[in-house]
Order: sequence, then structure tokens, then C-alpha cells
Amino acid sequence: MKSNNRNGLTRLIYNPTARSLFFQAVVLGGLLWFMLTIIGNVMTNLDSRGISTGFGFLSQPAGFGISQTLIEYNETFSFGRTFIVGLLNTLLVSALGIVAATILGVFVGISRISPNWLLRKISMVYIEILRNIPLLLQIFFWYFVVLQTLPRPRDSITFGEAIFINVRGVFVPKPMAETGFTFYVILIVAAIIGVFVLGRWAKRRMIDTGQQFPVFWTSVGILIGTVLIGYFITGRPISLEYPELRGLNFRGGISLLPELLALWFALTIYTSTYIGEIVRSGIQSVAHGQTEACRALGLNEKQRMNLVILPQAMRVMIPPMTSQYLNLTKNSSLATAIGYPDLVSVFAGTTLNQTGQAIEIITMTMLVYLTISLSVSAFMNWFNKRVALVER
Amino acid sequence: MKKIATIVGAAMAVTAAAGVNASTLDSVKNRGALQCGVSDGLPGFSATDSAGRWQGLDADFCRAVAAAVLGDAEKVNFVSLTATERFTALQSGEIDVLSRNSTWTLTRDASLGLNFAGVNYYDGQGFLVSKDLGVDSALELDGASVCIQSGTTTELNLADYFRMNGMSYEPVLYDTSDQTTAGFEAGRCDILTSDQSQLSALRLQLSNPDAAVVLPEIISKEPLGPVVRQGDDVWFNIVKWTLFAKINAEEMGITTVNAEEMLSSDDPSVQRFLGVSGNMGELLNLENNWAYNIVKQVGNYGEVFERTVGKGSPLNIERGVNALWTDGGIQYAPPVR
Repeated sequence: MKSNNRNGLTRLIYNPTARSLFFQAVVLGGLLWFMLTIIGNVMTNLDSRGISTGFGFLSQPAGFGISQTLIEYNETFSFGRTFIVGLLNTLLVSALGIVAATILGVFVGISRISPNWLLRKISMVYIEILRNIPLLLQIFFWYFVVLQTLPRPRDSITFGEAIFINVRGVFVPKPMAETGFTFYVILIVAAIIGVFVLGRWAKRRMIDTGQQFPVFWTSVGILIGTVLIGYFITGRPISLEYPELRGLNFRGGISLLPELLALWFALTIYTSTYIGEIVRSGIQSVAHGQTEACRALGLNEKQRMNLVILPQAMRVMIPPMTSQYLNLTKNSSLATAIGYPDLVSVFAGTTLNQTGQAIEIITMTMLVYLTISLSVSAFMNWFNKRVALVER
Repeated sequence: MKKIATIVGAAMAVTAAAGVNASTLDSVKNRGALQCGVSDGLPGFSATDSAGRWQGLDADFCRAVAAAVLGDAEKVNFVSLTATERFTALQSGEIDVLSRNSTWTLTRDASLGLNFAGVNYYDGQGFLVSKDLGVDSALELDGASVCIQSGTTTELNLADYFRMNGMSYEPVLYDTSDQTTAGFEAGRCDILTSDQSQLSALRLQLSNPDAAVVLPEIISKEPLGPVVRQGDDVWFNIVKWTLFAKINAEEMGITTVNAEEMLSSDDPSVQRFLGVSGNMGELLNLENNWAYNIVKQVGNYGEVFERTVGKGSPLNIERGVNALWTDGGIQYAPPVR
């Protein structure tokens, strides 16, 4: 029995799975101990220095104003609310930036390998210059050099007394829902569903019979038709509220703060240079033989791009594209330099300073960026799986 | 399981104990220099001059502490901090004393683990507007865009004032006072709000100072003073009495120029103050000539005030409430005895 037991132990020691499990457990335990020590230290030291801790401050009234709020907010709301307001502002500028940077980046990337010499060179210069200027300088450039030199509110640049541009931002009319608006929305949603159904039908028909149907132009026609004709049928359910200069500032309408615009432009342009390079490298990574094969099969240029080159290029492009999206989101925290009220400026700035709860607030802020990054990452991984090469 | 918990607990206790700060006085003496937190550039209070030397009321307070502790007013490492960074820098031990036009409020005193050592300058919040706006009173500012430096009590006072008077406003926050001034000059906002003393300083930085005017309203109390960490009473006393020494010196008429002759004064209170007799310095754990060093090397409160923000400076601010209590002001220091 005894020797059998030793045998069992020896076998366990020499078992690679057991050994790796053991060492992983040791490392994990060490890490946990390290974290617990840090947390314990922090609590003890904060306490011994008389610094108050805890998350109770989140329900205290904030008492300060914020220039751009996507949800209802005023000074009487809580510090917790400032967190949400800041977070939404961060998400807004990130989303705007990601969409614009992708569109611009794809355009630049394709131009970079275009047969047109001028286009190719312009996009090369664009990428090489703007990729190499630090983002913070670009933000300062857009804010202090471009947007802060616009005229004062009284001498605004105006387009038909509806859109006003001045140093305080861009003011555009605000659409207001009137009676019949719900019906109008239902109509548009129905049209969108219709377009989807049409698309699926056309695809099936093409697979079954080989006949093609001009899906794209039909869809555009249906959508535009619904939007325009529906607008009049439902009795003009949208009215516009025009901005107007009253007292010191413009009131009414939608105002786009110069801080938002500067940050958006800078993030878009800076990130688009990287996306451009990703798109170019993705397309170039598809072997030239594929192009030749397409020609041999008699596919036209558009079909070659859409059906053969891009699907393969996507596989190369998506992982680096994900990190650019994450970068853009994190870079949006540079907002604090020009006073755009993002999470870092509002919550890790003003709220931190008014409450002094540095550790709690910085931890929350870091967790938010982590969560945003992981969510974007998860989405892109899912998308990547969808377009990945299916190996048979 | 219990054993592990004990080990973890013991290790935590050890590392935590190692984390507690040694006495600030000892660490300053060992370092041979004072780490002093100042602003990132506010003329009259703390800003570098053309020779790169820190000048101003707050900067000179750092020098006074260095003179008292180390006997040499020049042994100061100035650490420039934004409004948002300042208290964290003090809490974490990066600086020994914060002398950065910081307002003494209950929240800061009670919840940040800090102690305010007194009031170096009595201030109040005001408004700077451009003249072509044609505004005479802050009550005509409904709907205005307001430039503010973030992380200050100013943000809260502003919100309170506009709400109380039923007016709306759009806050535009900047990180540094330079950016705030730039935003105001570009017309991004109608008003710039800050402490009145700062407004006078910022107005001088505008390309055309005459185009802007400081409104008469003062909407808050802003007692500005030096700050230290809580829990080190020896150090707290030293910083507190450095300030009192400057004020007392002015009251006794001791200046940089006459400090040396005053050493032979017959007045017992002057003798005690300058360390000729008594052991006042020892009680503070300092040399007995601590106050002499302050006055001789830096000057008394009045001298410093006039040199940095008063008549002898471009800011040209009146003493007002910052005059001694004997001159109708509220600057008053407990006696050195």
C-alpha cells in the first residue's frame, strides 16, 4: 500500500497537467494576495490620514454646471448623475469619431492604391503628415487656431438664418415632433423592413434562377419615396425650431459646442490615417492571382472588389481596426485639455476635486474605459468570426 | 485556512505600517529642501519671472517656511500644480506644503485629510467682462457663457449665484489659467470668473487690458491659505506659525532692512520673537532664530504683500481687508509668547 501511495504521489508530480495546474494556482494565489495587500494598505493608510472613503458621495448634490448634457441635468442633481452625463458625452464623441474615421479612412486607404497618380500622392501626404503630429497638438490646432478665430455671436456666419456658425459653436435648427409623428415613424420602419425582405427575396431568386434584380436602387427609391411622400401624407409631422440670438447667446435649436467639434475633427482625422493604412494593407494582402482569377471568370471591377477582394481583405483588417477603435475611445479623454465635458473632465476632474475621493473616482473611471474597450473588443471579435475564413 | 488568513493579515499590517509617512519635519531636514506646491502660473501669487525665478505671495510663503525650518529661504523646490492635482499631490506626500491660492472650506478641511494653516489672503469671487458687452452688473448676465478654471470652488459659487438669481449660464471649463484667458479673449465666453485678485492679474495678461472690466459684485468668501497634511501636528504648527510670524513682524515693525538692528531692541516681545531671549523656536522644534530668518530673508507680511500684489507690483491691489487689524483690516495673529 505504502509504495503504491508514493507511486501515486510521484506520478502526480511528474504529471504535466497536474504540475501546470499547481503552478497556475500558485501564481493566481500570489496575485490575489498582492491585490488584497494593496487594497488593505490603501484602506489603512486612508483611514490613518483622516481621508474619508466610500461611495456615499455619489448621492450628494453636485452643485456645478455642465455645458453639454445629453440627459436632463442641473446643479441640483447628484455627483452620480455627473458620472452618467460625462460617460454619455464620452460615448457620443467616440461614436461620432469611429463612424467618421472609418468612412474617411476607407476612402483614404483606397485612394492610396488608386491608379490615379494625384489621388494616390495626396492621400500619401495626408497620411504621412497627420499620422506624425501628436493628437493633442491637432486638438489644440482645431480648437484654438480654427474654431476660436470664428466671429463672435453677433457677427455669426449664417446660412439662410437657419444655421449659424460662430466662436460659440454651430447652431442648427432642431426638429420638433408634431401630431402624426408616430405614424410617420411607423411608416419609415415599415419601409426599412420592406427593403430587408426585398433583399432576401432577390438573393434567393438569384441563387435559384441566376437572375439578378437591381436591389440597391430599388431600395433607395423605396426609402426616399417613403420619407418624402410619407411626410406630406401624415400632415407634415416635423417642424423646425430655429436658433436665434437672444441676449448674450443663441437660444433654441441644437448647438454643437466648438469643444465637441474640435475633438471630433481631431480624433477623426488622426485615426483615419491609421485606418487608411490598415485598409491599404488589407487590400494589398490579397494575392494578385485572385484578381487574375476574377478576370478569367469574367467578373467586372465592382464584383471583383465586393465579392472577392474585400471579403478576404476584411479578415486582415478587422483585428487592427479594433485596436484603432479602442485607441480612439481612449484618446477621447484628451477632451479635458479643451474643456469638452467628457468623463475625465467632468467626473475625474470637477467631481474628483469637489469631493476629494480620488481613489474611488479614478477606479470607477478606469473601470468604465475597461468596460467600453472590452465591449468594443467583444463586438469586433464576433464580427471577425463572422467574416473569418471558413476552413473546410 | 486560518493560518493563511493570519499570514496575509500580518503581511498587510507590516506593509501598511511601512506606508505611513515619517515626520515631515525630519524628511524636509534630511532632504535639505522644502517641496512646495504652487500654481502653474498666476502673476502676483506664484509665477516665474523672466529669469525663471518663482515670484509672488504664495511663492514667498514657501520661502518663509524654508527660512524657518532650514535657515535658508532659497532651499525650496517649487512644484507647479493645476487646481485638480493640488490636493492629491499633498495627500500622497509629493509636496510638504501646498501654497497655491487654495480656498479654505469645510469639505476640504474635514474630508480630504488636510489642514489649512491660516489665511494668507482674504479674497472673493468676481467677474471679468469685456467692455463692449455693455454690462454694469452681474445681474445682467442671464444666458452668458462663462470661462472657468476647472477644479476650483469657483465652479460651485458660480452655479449657486446664477441659480439664486434665476439666471442660466453655460460653463466652459479649462485646465490652466492661460487657457481660460485665451478662451475669454477669443470670445468663447462672455465672462471670466475667478477670485478678484486673480482677475486683476489675468486682466493684465490680455492683449488689450482696457477692453475688459472687473464687475463690482463679489459673490463669495475665498480665504486663501497654505495647506498641510493632517496628522503631523509638529509640521502643522511650524507652517501655521510661519504665517503668524510674518503678520506679527509687520505689527512689531520688523522689516528685512531693520531686522538686524532690532536684534538689540529692548522690547521683550521683539527679543522673544527674534530669538534673542526665550525658547520660542525650540518649542516649535526649530532653531531659536527661526522668525529672524523669515523676516530677514523674505520680509514681513506687509512687505511681501506690497512687493507681490500691492503697490509695488503691476497688480496694484489695495490692502483692504488684508490690512492688519490695527489698520482696519482683519489680518490678526496670536502673540509669540
